[in-house]
Amino acid sequence: MAVEALGTASRAKVAPWNDPVVRGWVFQIVVVGLVAGLAWYLVSNTIENLARQKIASGFDYLGREAGFEIGDTMIEYSPASTYARAIWVGILNTLRVAVLGIILSTILGTLIGVGRLSPNWLLSKICEWYVEAFRNVPLLLWLFLFYKLISEAFPGPRQAIGALWNTVFLSNRGLYFPTPMADLIHKWMGVGLLVGILGAILLHRWARKRQDATGQPFPSISTGFGVALGLPILIWLAAGAPSTMSWPVLKGFNFEGGTVIQPEFTALLVGLVLYTSAFVAEIVRSGILALHKGQSEAAAALGLSRGLAMRLVLLPQALRVIVPPMTSQYLNITKNSSLAIAIGYPDLVASINVTINQTGQAIENILIIMAAYLSVSLSISAFMNWYNKRIALRER
Amino acid sequence: MTDVLPVGERRQLAPPVDDSGVLGWIRKNLFSSWGNGITTVVLIFAVGWILAGFLDWAVLTANFTAASGSECRGYGACWALIREKYRYIFFGSFPYEQHWRPLFAVIAMLAMLVLSADRRMWNWRLLVIWGVGSFVTFLLMFGQIHIPLSLMLTVALILGGAGMSLRKLIAGAGEMNAYRALAAIGLAGLALRIAGVLPGWSLAIAPLDYVETSLWGGIPVTIILATYGLAFAFPYGVLLALGRRSNLPLIKGLCVGFIELIRGVPLISLLIMASVMLPLFLPSGTTIDKFLRAQVAVILFAGAYIAEVIRGGLQSLPKGQFEAADAMGLNYMQKTLLIILPQALRVVIPPLINTFIGFFKDTSLVLIIGIFDFLNTANQALVDPNWAGFPGEVYLFAAFVYFVFCYSMSRYSKYLEVELNKGTHR
Repeated sequence: MAVEALGTASRAKVAPWNDPVVRGWVFQIVVVGLVAGLAWYLVSNTIENLARQKIASGFDYLGREAGFEIGDTMIEYSPASTYARAIWVGILNTLRVAVLGIILSTILGTLIGVGRLSPNWLLSKICEWYVEAFRNVPLLLWLFLFYKLISEAFPGPRQAIGALWNTVFLSNRGLYFPTPMADLIHKWMGVGLLVGILGAILLHRWARKRQDATGQPFPSISTGFGVALGLPILIWLAAGAPSTMSWPVLKGFNFEGGTVIQPEFTALLVGLVLYTSAFVAEIVRSGILALHKGQSEAAAALGLSRGLAMRLVLLPQALRVIVPPMTSQYLNITKNSSLAIAIGYPDLVASINVTINQTGQAIENILIIMAAYLSVSLSISAFMNWYNKRIALRER
Repeated sequence: MTDVLPVGERRQLAPPVDDSGVLGWIRKNLFSSWGNGITTVVLIFAVGWILAGFLDWAVLTANFTAASGSECRGYGACWALIREKYRYIFFGSFPYEQHWRPLFAVIAMLAMLVLSADRRMWNWRLLVIWGVGSFVTFLLMFGQIHIPLSLMLTVALILGGAGMSLRKLIAGAGEMNAYRALAAIGLAGLALRIAGVLPGWSLAIAPLDYVETSLWGGIPVTIILATYGLAFAFPYGVLLALGRRSNLPLIKGLCVGFIELIRGVPLISLLIMASVMLPLFLPSGTTIDKFLRAQVAVILFAGAYIAEVIRGGLQSLPKGQFEAADAMGLNYMQKTLLIILPQALRVVIPPLINTFIGFFKDTSLVLIIGIFDFLNTANQALVDPNWAGFPGEVYLFAAFVYFVFCYSMSRYSKYLEVELNKGTHR
């Protein structure tokens, strides 16, 4: 009561220009006013400039014919397609390289981070120098190096290196390999794979519950793989095992048929993975080092081998330290995949860049870039935050 | 425990393995177990094979003296290309006979950075070092500097004003009067200048030929973009971080929105934006130098990242520090400048250096919008048809230069981390 009385008493005496609440609001209104003024100034200039240069505005251009070629597409695309389609192709390409990059650099980075802690001096030194070499040189330089090496070290399509009885061809246009012809059964095999994976997860859960209850282990991982992979194979066999293949054949100056992994994509993926795995390795190493030494000693005292101790005791605990910085590395991979434009891989930024040059509508296109990257970043963050909450230590 | 054998009959254990001396070290670190031994042997063969191949290519069969690319067509590396092109790679299209200017500019900037790395300089000396260093650098790079009168007056006003408000409690009467005089001269001069009494005069320092920024290239561009990117981004990053921690909802919202927006998009999109949208944002007729556009984009980008680093430092301070400052009756400015920032910044110096290393590498992206930084000049060196076909040599050389810079900075940040933690280390 006394405190309250004191509070109201002193408040009553304060002049408005000395009242922190009033001052706070005045300050905020001034700052917001300044920002709004700046924004209004920029926007009015922009509108004037656009009118003077006769640049159209609005998103109508998205429906028009794009007219440019894209070298590497995951969905049907031709120069007659619309700008919207071209941008969508770019987004898919960005996502493809980002997802593969995230998976591969996590695996490689974890191996190297664990290797740095190996009792084998030589192994840990090699891992250390790998990390230092890749961390201290710009990613763009690695991309250029890998791209030039691939495109200059390998021969042209006519002198392509044939492997496996001339079914796989390696040239500076990429790696060509045969793939099964498109068949209706593939869709059903995909469904079978999904069902199989679901079944494997359920099996793993059941095995875990049983081990918790009875102590009896069940080889759920190998059986799980069997279920997940076996179902699509069964479906394929049931459909009479259709096995027409599309073979890469040299026609004119390049191969036709089969599937190709293009050098731009390879260089980008290899560069991203090697570069990011150096950072991931450091995160993993510091995560493991942050654990109390008693954990590894206790695991050794229980008779676990180093590998088992790492898998069952150390890594699950280290994950709690590792996940937050790992999230920002995943975001970095996604953002760094935009460097694709420098070596000619048609990602989102590359598509947008051509679109800006052709339509002159910079603002709309930049807005699309920002919206696309922000939504990808936010979904990765949201997923990682959910995962982080799941593995966080449950305290009483 | 009852059936322990008498001392004489107990089984003797083997003596522990000797792990001293060279042999002992090898046994302990390379051959401690069967698996370890096999790993070691395999690794020795793999490393030996790769190293032998690399040495053969890079040294034994390499060509250091060829006069053109066609003479180089052997098996080994063509280092003659680097010998021929190193001046272009380091200094770009800067007029050839004037290459001493970017050379000394780089030396001035490196001296500035090395001197700032010394903890004994972390006081007013830092301002002097950066003032003199920047002046020398830009004088050498541009060749001529014109300082308009209004700029000098503005600087006088800001210096005087800042001195008056920040050192109110500490400064003596003489120092205070100096600040007052500075501020008064600045204010009066600016008023007269706006009223049109003072002419639009500018101080010209022009000892050398003028070289425009489009001719700048190579290592000075990379260092300038990274160093001044960070230097200008730092104060505004501090403001963003303080804003994000503020109790005022509108300020906080603005800062959070800005930081997350910038951090959510790649640097390339900001650079493209700066190169195509900045001209649209400004009144028609104004043109901005391309180099300056890239620098603005780097500063905008760097600020958001620095803000997050500094926020980490602010969060690491115990709440008692804020409360104690409030209890002492300090206002927000005094609390922030005298209590909070000095402690928060000390914590974040090592991560800030890591951020700087990141920007040093990221400046290479400016080549997308056609600025000739170090990576771009290395790239251009490959275009020469006389010397086509040796990308490996040029990129390895460039990678080596980047590595030297970044590795020494990361060592320094490690050293500093230990050094700054001595007070709290137990």
